[in-house]
Amino acid sequence: MNAKHATYPGAFHPLARLLHWLMALLILTMLFVGVGMVSTVSEKHQWLLALHKPLGVTIFVLALIRLAVRWRHPPPPLPADMPLLMQWVAHASHWVLYALMLSLPLVGWAMLSAGGYPISLGGSWHLPPLLSFDGETYAWLRVTHRWLAYLLFVTVLGHMGAALYHGLIRRDDVLPSMTFPRRETVVVEPVIVTPTASEPPSSEPPRV
Amino acid sequence: MTDPSRQPPSNQPWRWALIGLAVVVLAGAFAYVAGWLTPQRLSSRRLVDTLQEGGGVHPGFRRNHAKGVCVVGYFESNGEAASYSTASVFAAGSRTPVVGRFALPGGNPYAPDSSVPIRSFALRFALPHGEQWRTGMNSMPVFPVATPQAFYDQLVATLPDPATGKPDPKKAGAFFASHPETGAFLAWVKTAKPSASYVTETYEALNAFYFVDGTGKRHAVRWKVTPVATDDAGTGPQAGDPDYLAKDLQQRLAQGPLRWHLRVTLAEPGDPTNDATKQWPADRHTIDAGTLVIESEQPQDSGPCRDVNYDPTIVPEGIAISDDPLLPARSAAYAVSYLRRTSEEAHLPGAARATTPSEHP
Ligand code: HEM
Ligand code: HEM
Ligand code: HEM
Repeated sequence: MNAKHATYPGAFHPLARLLHWLMALLILTMLFVGVGMVSTVSEKHQWLLALHKPLGVTIFVLALIRLAVRWRHPPPPLPADMPLLMQWVAHASHWVLYALMLSLPLVGWAMLSAGGYPISLGGSWHLPPLLSFDGETYAWLRVTHRWLAYLLFVTVLGHMGAALYHGLIRRDDVLPSMTFPRRETVVVEPVIVTPTASEPPSSEPPRV
Repeated sequence: MTDPSRQPPSNQPWRWALIGLAVVVLAGAFAYVAGWLTPQRLSSRRLVDTLQEGGGVHPGFRRNHAKGVCVVGYFESNGEAASYSTASVFAAGSRTPVVGRFALPGGNPYAPDSSVPIRSFALRFALPHGEQWRTGMNSMPVFPVATPQAFYDQLVATLPDPATGKPDPKKAGAFFASHPETGAFLAWVKTAKPSASYVTETYEALNAFYFVDGTGKRHAVRWKVTPVATDDAGTGPQAGDPDYLAKDLQQRLAQGPLRWHLRVTLAEPGDPTNDATKQWPADRHTIDAGTLVIESEQPQDSGPCRDVNYDPTIVPEGIAISDDPLLPARSAAYAVSYLRRTSEEAHLPGAARATTPSEHP
């Protein structure tokens, strides 16, 4: 059930691609906003912090939607000629990315709770505290938030490098699968459109 | 996925260089934004490092206003400020719980109470629905400087000289001479005396804020708390006692709650909101918004104010920060100080170890 999508069997579902690039933009923005705001003493500190919290919550919600889309439309397989270890690293790094985009906002929320801060997302909109007020817990979570964010950034760097390696060196189908899939890579027979077909035909041979 | 039309792999060096460039540029931009490539830039870390240089590192303690005491009470609004701000803390008859802290400026938690003529009062109001209002006020009419850079320069110019243990008068003099905005503060401090009590002082927020009313209109304000107690009911300084303020407070609270009026001054057009070195003219309309009542005190190493960061930019709906450049700098620097001291309490790896409360002298 890997190549489920009719038009681009070797590619991510268009919604998955939209979410990937939208979230790549948001997550990179968040990482820069985060390290920038804790360093600056200018008025940027205030509006970056005001942006950071609602944007972080948005990323959390989008990540959940993205996983649902992934479950409904499984991703295409990696090229069969990719070394097994490389495939394993690719898959592991994707799960690390998903884990971080879900855990960072939760740690951010929990750390503000433990610090006894109001968790305002703009205006009078407040999240309830996840934990009770405790300075020591705050310190652990705040430092965790920092190192998880650094880990996310390093993983994104490696991920981007790997994607470009696929696109520029190996020149396989991996980069197009997340960008503009080439129609000529489609290996299915021409799709026969039947008026009643609600489910796109599968490219896989029927099971016996 | 065999694809006859696929291009063969290519190992040309420029392709590798392009990948490397993309990674290096992104990592470099990140390091630049984080301030790692520009250690000379004024950052929150650098401000707190310099405070530490002056006051020493005292694990678990605030990096400024290190010596202090926790207090608990409430604020009772009389409704006078409600037509200027929608904040629920100002609704007529509302009562808002408060956790506060009296302190001395400076990074040394063992400084004698008579060593500075300034005391401070910080308040955290807990409003309904998770909202909060935090403010940190000093017992002085103006702040010496208007910008974070000038604050930093003042810190550096008044660092203790390793030879004498005291600031070098030449350096300090040069700083004040080149910063005429410090004049009002210097004139005040010349005659200021260390008070015998925390509770007889007036504490001023100094930075300007906005009150936002029901129609969305903003009113530039500054607030302060003025004491009801003006008598000398306390113990006063005892000869040779460096910690008389806490004892005085304890004794007065044993006789009953202590009160302050929260007074809010409204700016006229043209009054500066971005310059804490300038007082607003004395005839500005001032409202008495209600009474702050302090009922009990606790030592800061075990009291409820210990792990509170009195970041003055934490305000509820109905209050907004102004364009005063000190406010974001305070917010950023207090967060650094807060993380350092809580990390020391938590004995995080790499943090200096804070002693447990019972080990504090
Ligand atoms: C913050 C930035 C980014 C994040 C968090 C991110 C996250 C992810 C995740 C989680 C996947 C796995 C999708 C799945 O299997 O469900 C993925 C796939 C992919 N990403 Fe990214 N990405 C980011 C930036 C980029 C960039 C900058 C590029 C390209 C230059 C890129 C190219 C790709 C490609 C080609 C795939 C498909 C890999 C495959 O076929 O398995 N991504 N990304
Ligand atoms: C994907 C989501 C997120 C990312 C990538 C992210 C990233 C970061 C980064 C890089 C920093 C700077 C760390 C440092 O240098 O010490 C930071 C700080 C911070 N984050 Fe996040 N964050 C995320 C979500 C959140 C959320 C949801 C919240 C709160 C609801 C939050 C609250 C904060 C706060 C308050 C700080 C600064 C605290 C201080 O000044 O000490 N973050 N974040
Ligand atoms: C850029 C200028 C300033 C810097 C860098 C600065 C720095 C600091 C730091 C690092 C702390 C310790 C915070 C903590 O660990 O919780 C502190 C405490 C404090 N500051 Fe400032 N400060 C500045 C300006 C001001 C001004 C203008 C006022 C006066 C209204 C003020 C009043 C206070 C008070 C009252 C406290 C004690 C709060 C408490 O009791 O916890 N500060 N300051």
